[in-house]
Amino acid sequence: MRLSRPARGLLAAITAVVLALIYLPLLVVFVNSFSTSQNLTWPPPGFTLEWWAKAFQSDGALDAVLTSLQVALASTAVALVLGTLISLGLQRFEFFGRDAISLLVILPIALPGIVTGIALNNAFRTGLGVQLSILTLIIAHATFCIVTVFNNVIARLRRLGTSLEDASSDLGAGIWTTFRLVTFPQLRSALFAGGLLAFALSFDEIIVTTFTAGSSVKTLPLWILDNLFRPHQAPVVNVIAVVLVLVSIIPIYFAQRIAGAEKVVR
Amino acid sequence: MTGVQPAIRLTGLTKSFGSVHAVDGVDLDIIEGEFFSMLGPSGSGKTTVLRLIAGFEQPTSGTISLLGQDVTDRAPFDRDVNTVFQDYALFPHMSVLDNVAYGLRVRGVAKRARHEQARQALDTVRLGSFADRKPSQLSGGQRQRVALARATVVQPKVLLLDEPLGALDLKLREQMQVELKELQRTLGITFIFVTHDQQEALTLSDRIAVFNEGKIEQLGTPAEIYERPASPFVAAFVGTSNIFDDTVSQTLLGRAGTHSVRPEKVSVTTENRPLSADRTAAGVLAEVIYVGSSTQLIVDLDAGTRVVVLEQNDAHRVATNGRGARVTVGWNDSDIVTLAPPVLTSHP
Ligand SMILES: Nc1ncnc2c1ncn2[C@@H]1O[C@H](COP(=O)(O)OP(=O)(O)OP(=O)(O)O)[C@@H](O)[C@H]1O
Ligand SMILES: [Mg+2]
Repeated sequence: MRLSRPARGLLAAITAVVLALIYLPLLVVFVNSFSTSQNLTWPPPGFTLEWWAKAFQSDGALDAVLTSLQVALASTAVALVLGTLISLGLQRFEFFGRDAISLLVILPIALPGIVTGIALNNAFRTGLGVQLSILTLIIAHATFCIVTVFNNVIARLRRLGTSLEDASSDLGAGIWTTFRLVTFPQLRSALFAGGLLAFALSFDEIIVTTFTAGSSVKTLPLWILDNLFRPHQAPVVNVIAVVLVLVSIIPIYFAQRIAGAEKVVR
Repeated sequence: MTGVQPAIRLTGLTKSFGSVHAVDGVDLDIIEGEFFSMLGPSGSGKTTVLRLIAGFEQPTSGTISLLGQDVTDRAPFDRDVNTVFQDYALFPHMSVLDNVAYGLRVRGVAKRARHEQARQALDTVRLGSFADRKPSQLSGGQRQRVALARATVVQPKVLLLDEPLGALDLKLREQMQVELKELQRTLGITFIFVTHDQQEALTLSDRIAVFNEGKIEQLGTPAEIYERPASPFVAAFVGTSNIFDDTVSQTLLGRAGTHSVRPEKVSVTTENRPLSADRTAAGVLAEVIYVGSSTQLIVDLDAGTRVVVLEQNDAHRVATNGRGARVTVGWNDSDIVTLAPPVLTSHP
């Protein structure tokens, strides 16, 4: 496609503005993490590594990162298993109430977090009579993590059709072997994409978390919220934010690589 | 043909999708070792019969037996039949070799042995040097041969082929027809071949079942189907036929009922020249269509019907007279096929 010069210039300008809107604030956070000012004045009066050193010595921050990682990994794992099973069930078998179930599975992602949070809080404490803990938090996160896995996998299954699975079973493979050798390899990238999204959703979730985490469980977003407005902690929060940005680049990079590799194979 | 036991026996086989009767009471015996074709127009239920035999669909009623054993309730992986799919359905993430070895792998054959056998199978379809490629790196005809090798390497009792040549161009199609026939002879297994191409069915098959609306319209050898069509549908679907209804038959043939005659059995000559035929009729040349080795003539008979005549392109051709010329057509009684008995009229 060819564009005229002015059109190209305009598009370049718009792109630059949009990218600036997204990345300038991140840059400010990055710079502030080295600022000598405790209350984030701009421009920074001077630079220091003090906050970085502090952040890595702060038990609270590191524990929060670990907790968030645990929760995100566990709820993503639950979502991957259940999401795959649900989508296989809904896409490969016909039964009464199929569409209704499909809707019910997707609903949690559309529900306001505050509703999910209160509902689960009630269910756990009064309904089931269990103590809020890291387990209740993982279950709560899994309810919406399942949706991203489910959406990715069911879209893939639909596009895939049943002919490969028919061929496999025709050649003598049972249901489990067919899943292992044929269906799963075809689902891998969909699972990766869905899992990545699920992980990201869980990692920075704060509303549902507030209602379903035990009082001793501090995820990273909860910790940041607690500390952002304490004067001596603000720069440390910035350090954590920068680390998080760097950490999230890694999975995105791999996701892009996998997507690129798939295109070549097809 | 060994034994009396059919390779496949379908009894009262019916499959309905909602109100659509895709297969409607099919009874059929397929003999061991034969090349059997199912021929019929689109939507006549051929694929559905094949999917029922393979086990991908459960019949609404009726039974399927394989070499005397009732397999109606068995899963596809538990039936000794294999399928070559219309879209080939090769596993895209596996190499050609692993695709072919797949059936052996799920049967627990060790890696070395199964690769050995898979290589042999690839050699029979002349794809030995393509073993390490991915299916996406092959042409249509090569994929088709991989699908064949994959389905035959496990030595099924019966091979089901659903329009396996449908996606190929004419030249490759003809070449693959020959290869299929040879493969069937070498392997000696029963082939059930689905096609809507009547020429393909006539060339390849030992026997043909002509399907129409979920039912078998006629079952027979290619010669029987072509020369003695049992119904107006078969006469029209398999090759070209001149079909005379009850009234036209009475004027032209002097007998009641529906009849047909093949275009190549009709002789033609310029008017007033002698024609050695049991019966003749006069008419006007309406259209002349050159088709290579022969010419198709369309003649409007004075009796009020239209006949198609196939004339060899040799010396004294009527075709040279051009459109509008008066001609005489003729045929022998032995070439007339009765498609339906006379329409019953009330006794005077
Ligand atoms: N899964 C299905 N659900 C509903 N209707 C179906 C299904 N499969 C087939 N049919 C219907 O059954 C009839 C027979 O279909 P089938 O695929 O057996 O035809 P076919 O003879 O193989 O045709 P073609 O030459 O076009 O492949 C058609 O009317 C089709 O619409
Ligand atoms: Mg079909």
